[in-house]
Amino acid sequence: MLNMSTNASYNDQGGAEAAVEVCTEGTSTTSGTGAEGCVCLKEMLESNKESLKLEAMKRIIGLIAKGKNASELFPAVVKNVANKNIELKKLVYVYLVRYAEEQQDLALLSISTFQRALKDPNQLIRASALRVLSSIRVPIIVPIMMLAIKESASDMSPYVRKTSAHAIQKLYSLDPEQREHLIEVIEKLLKDKSTLVAGSVVMAFEEVCPDRIDLIHKNYRKLCNLLVDVEEWGQVVIISMLTRYARTQFTSPWQEGVSFDENNEKAFYDSDSEEKRDETETKPYMMDPDHRLLLRNTKPLLQSRNTAVVMAVAQLYWHLAPTHEVSAVTKSLVRLLRSHREVQYVVLQNIATMSIQRKGMFEPYMKSFYVRSTDPTHIKTLKLEILTNLANEANISTILREFQTYVKSQDKAFAAATIQAIGRCATNISEVTDTCLNGLVLLLSNRDETVVAESVVVIKKLLQTQPTQHSEIIKHMAKLFDKITVAMARASILWLIGEYCERVPKIAPDVLRKMAKSFTSEEDIVKLQIVNLAAKLYLTNSKQTKLLTQYILNLGKYDQNYDIRDRTRFIRQLIVPNEKSGALSKYARRILLAPKPAPLLQSAFKDRDRYQLGTLSHSLNLKASGYQELSDWPAVAPDQSVRNVEVIEPVNEWVPTVGKSKPAKSAKSEDKFYSDSEGEQVDRKGSKNSSSSSNDSSSSSSSSSSSSSSEAVSEPLALTPGPEAGFMTSHPSSLQVTVQPFGPVKSHELLHHMSGKGLSARYHFPRQPFLYQPSMVQLQITLTNASDQPLEGIHLGEHSPASLTLHRFSPVERLEPQASVTVSMGIDFNDSTQAANFQLCTKEAEFSVSIQPAVGELLLPASLTQADFEKEQGKLLGMNETSATITMAEGHCSSAVLNKQVRSMANLGEVITGHNNTHRFAGRTVSSGALVLVTVEKREAADATITVNTDKSVMASMLLRDLKQALASA
Amino acid sequence: MIHSLFLINHSGDIFLEKHWKSVIGRSVCDYFFEAKEKAAEPEDVPPVLQTPHHYLISIYRDRLFFLSVIQTEAPPLFVIEFLHRVVETFQDYFGECSETVIKDNVVTVYELLEEMLDNGFPLATESNILKEMIRPPTILRTMVNTLTGTSNFEERLPSGQLSTIPWRRSGVKYTNNEAYFDVIEEIDAIVDKSGTTVCAEIQGVIEACVKLTGMPDLTLSFMNPRLLDDVSFHPCVRFKRWEAERVLSFIPPDGNFTLMSYHVNAQNLVAIPVYVKQNISFFESGSGGRLDLTAGPKQTMGKTVEGLVITVHMPKAVLSASLTATQGSYTYDPATKVLVWDIGRLNPQKLPNLRGSLSLQAGAPKPEDNPSINIALKIQQLAISGLKVNRLDMYGEKYKPFKGVKYVTKAGKFQRPACVAISHFST
Repeated sequence: MLNMSTNASYNDQGGAEAAVEVCTEGTSTTSGTGAEGCVCLKEMLESNKESLKLEAMKRIIGLIAKGKNASELFPAVVKNVANKNIELKKLVYVYLVRYAEEQQDLALLSISTFQRALKDPNQLIRASALRVLSSIRVPIIVPIMMLAIKESASDMSPYVRKTSAHAIQKLYSLDPEQREHLIEVIEKLLKDKSTLVAGSVVMAFEEVCPDRIDLIHKNYRKLCNLLVDVEEWGQVVIISMLTRYARTQFTSPWQEGVSFDENNEKAFYDSDSEEKRDETETKPYMMDPDHRLLLRNTKPLLQSRNTAVVMAVAQLYWHLAPTHEVSAVTKSLVRLLRSHREVQYVVLQNIATMSIQRKGMFEPYMKSFYVRSTDPTHIKTLKLEILTNLANEANISTILREFQTYVKSQDKAFAAATIQAIGRCATNISEVTDTCLNGLVLLLSNRDETVVAESVVVIKKLLQTQPTQHSEIIKHMAKLFDKITVAMARASILWLIGEYCERVPKIAPDVLRKMAKSFTSEEDIVKLQIVNLAAKLYLTNSKQTKLLTQYILNLGKYDQNYDIRDRTRFIRQLIVPNEKSGALSKYARRILLAPKPAPLLQSAFKDRDRYQLGTLSHSLNLKASGYQELSDWPAVAPDQSVRNVEVIEPVNEWVPTVGKSKPAKSAKSEDKFYSDSEGEQVDRKGSKNSSSSSNDSSSSSSSSSSSSSSEAVSEPLALTPGPEAGFMTSHPSSLQVTVQPFGPVKSHELLHHMSGKGLSARYHFPRQPFLYQPSMVQLQITLTNASDQPLEGIHLGEHSPASLTLHRFSPVERLEPQASVTVSMGIDFNDSTQAANFQLCTKEAEFSVSIQPAVGELLLPASLTQADFEKEQGKLLGMNETSATITMAEGHCSSAVLNKQVRSMANLGEVITGHNNTHRFAGRTVSSGALVLVTVEKREAADATITVNTDKSVMASMLLRDLKQALASA
Repeated sequence: MIHSLFLINHSGDIFLEKHWKSVIGRSVCDYFFEAKEKAAEPEDVPPVLQTPHHYLISIYRDRLFFLSVIQTEAPPLFVIEFLHRVVETFQDYFGECSETVIKDNVVTVYELLEEMLDNGFPLATESNILKEMIRPPTILRTMVNTLTGTSNFEERLPSGQLSTIPWRRSGVKYTNNEAYFDVIEEIDAIVDKSGTTVCAEIQGVIEACVKLTGMPDLTLSFMNPRLLDDVSFHPCVRFKRWEAERVLSFIPPDGNFTLMSYHVNAQNLVAIPVYVKQNISFFESGSGGRLDLTAGPKQTMGKTVEGLVITVHMPKAVLSASLTATQGSYTYDPATKVLVWDIGRLNPQKLPNLRGSLSLQAGAPKPEDNPSINIALKIQQLAISGLKVNRLDMYGEKYKPFKGVKYVTKAGKFQRPACVAISHFST
């Protein structure tokens, strides 16, 4: 009985049918009629068994997926929102998001669950709670959502922050009035340094406040630098936003006669207006370094597997790069043509637009646009469009030959499109007009009607552009006239005969005679042309055609179509002189037989470039809602300094840098540090490292994606400080080497530019473990081209002794005059100071160079506690201990100076001791990892004892000698 | 961005819908059906359509339409790429992407779609992360699940989304550590009737199957990287090291993935491994025609050609074909007018031949053009471009993995399943 009553009530709601169906088509655990089945889902949900509940939810999801209504189960479902079972909970979430909008009151019951979950210690639970809470489109909870978003935006976990960025958009679409508050959150999240957040927050920015360009200024450089490491979808959004940004902030790089080349990059590193030489002197345009930064950082993304990313970069280059750099994207775009059909479609559309303005970009890849028999029609037409755009005097014969095969295609629509394309080629390239025309005339005898019709139409257009010697063609067409049945083609022939009736004086009246017979059975456009022909013949040859014309005009007068009746009336008034229309009919000849401008055969993609490439609007050729107009370049660049930021750079270990000249900001503090290496290439990152590594305790969770931000630009040759930075540092290094702030770096001459024919090289030891081979000592070589010719192919040649193992730096393909580049290599010195000899080669010459390391460079600092130190020292006594007493120089007595002196001499780590008079240093040899312990014990006055403990006795004595020198001398 | 998704089968039924924002009625699909009606083939439906209030972007794969609805400006490629990613995820999860499979796994599908997009913006599209959250169904697990009532949800919360290496899940463990790389190359060529190559290109992909414990950092180097003209990478590959040293340095995703795809410079002459002699003629009377096809090896570098399949797109007037093949079997589909001749292994001593007569529709005019021919083939242990992997090094983990590289050459356009390839265009 109970069943019956519930059944009745459900039937009222009209959704019961759906529920009924579930139970009958499911694994009907409850065998029975539909009426009982309806209740069964509800019962299952209310049962105590998890498995039953889950089964019920799964069936409900099945209903939703099919688009059936399952809303009447809402009360039963919402009770399970706090269930412990994760899968069940997830399914309930799916249901809730789908139906909350319809059942607002009941949905509120679930809110408190989410509010509780927002405080959960697990970041994933917090994130998912925020996700669902923000997806429930119930206006009442807007304040709750706002609060949740604000809180999550400052969550510890970047993943939760990412979710809050997504939530911003949802709240905005629910209640646009929250805009101002949301912008505050966006502003805050834009400052976020996590790659996880960047894409999502820019997406929110684009939805909520795309006009607030000012929010981007301070984050511009950071976004550029993070870009490589952002996930693919975020990259697309960021790139398109930055394209818009750049168009408002930088001046146009497209000025006439400006040839811009990579050399100018140097200006980026130059401090203000120090030395802008060569081309920059003569040319007024200077690319903003930030503009260059964007171009450089997006370029590697052309290699992305994600076609949307490649397209985004391509459009960025198209809209922002100096003209001659745009071709960098060609190859990648052509690559996309090997992807799925839909991708091809969009890419071809964009190429079609590009190829109108820049033929040269795609001409070398012409063959990629050859049509395959298996291509769908819309791809074929687009390829045809591009081939036509690419046609020029040089390649037209190839293209026409290709077109000839297309005309024979079974796909008639495509064949017709090909004929139009031939027509376009013929008008654009005057050399081939005659060839094309002849070819088209040949097609007139084609068996296929559409081909013939299309040919006629195209010939008509061509003849108009070339109004000479075409009476033969017109005669030929007149002969074919009877066979042609396509209205458009018939109309075209009639128009041609009428227009040039004086050139075919015999045929024209005859055609008119035939037409008079068949007038009533013709289609409307043909009828209009018959009237036209009659009128023109009447004016030129009234003797023969007067009666015919009157007959046709009479037929037209009673035609069913009012257009034709109108036209007939108009023509009659115009050409037949009578008392009423005297003035006008005098000019009839001039009106009807006026020389007419030839139609312009041009690409359908001609004006598509008003839309930003790669956008939906471009694809559809109409302005889609929400399309953001790309602004024109400003005449004068807005203030550049808005993008300057004061940032403490994150640690950036392991990154060999390549500088081209002195860094832009050799800060004062650094000058102090590097006082002894004045004018030398300074490893700026290293120094930053020393200054900031200690205070950078990146609280932002595991993702220590330490991309260099602000001005520090990772160079093409350097490793990305991207994802790897995170895990590289997390490796338990087998050497247990700690990278501590190290002392000053001395650089040594490797090759003087006099002996190196312009190539000069200096090297220094960056004192960091070598990435590729831990047993190697890392070296950085700064290669400078002091000549006025570019040097090419700089690489390492042979080396000696043969047993020496080294890691070559990657060849420098080209070094411009006055430019310098820093490369890093590794040499396994095998813990000896024996010199490593090798050849430094350019394309033209080879130079033998040799590196003899100071013994102190063969070490890496080790961190030991005082206890460990003493324990290890205890093991290295006797033979393994060397010591000497010295008198220290005046200024070296203080701890700090002593410390600095020792560490500049040898790459050792300091062991913190309680003692004021004893200084201990520890390190390991790079190759074998043997411990090297140094103790400096200050005695009375300036005396001190230096003790070296290590089982490498040769090293010990050499190290001792060096240390004595360093401490004793001034 | 993406508002809703509709899955539509070949006959035009909507069998699944998912909305990421408010619900959009099915009637929006009518505009799509209209366009589908107009198109001769399902492939001919324009991927981007416009309706009064929405924009429809669709892909057609595996005989299914994936139709997404968007409301505001969004890069069309973004949507298309995402839809393809959805298909690939389904294939990855269920082995294939078909209506039945999707209907059978509707809950998993729904869960996947829920995770892949948040408010229409892609959230987790890496298969590694998705698998951490939603386990792919296996026969065993389905059985266990039904018996015990447990779910296919991970009890543990996934951590992959949180790391900066989103493509690799943490805590991977294997007893046998293996890394296999398949270098698969496809020749894509247009050959004219006389047998001259109009254009030919080699496309390659390196498919990897990496099952390594922990967080290995791999470096793959080539003997001849200069061959590679244009490359695109899985996001795990470090761009800068490729630019600087021409080595692939990466932390691999767990399991199967496409490491890179490349294009070999078209200037290098591409040797096409087989030739096909064709002679297809129709009688003047219009009652029938004759077909004679012979295939033979051309330049195979001593390797055997396998899986040779020749496909001929016949003119519309051809009703049926009665042919005899000396090797393999043939089928002619009168609806699509496609003749498929499955030869299999190519024996250079005895060249396979297919000949016989074609019957034409009565009264139809003589078909004029020679039909185009597509060839699909496979050659094991050969990368036709000559690309060779030099070595694979592993850093970051201590064990010694088992490594293997396999080379395969295929004919075919990139679109998989590959069977469209060396097109004979008549001239």
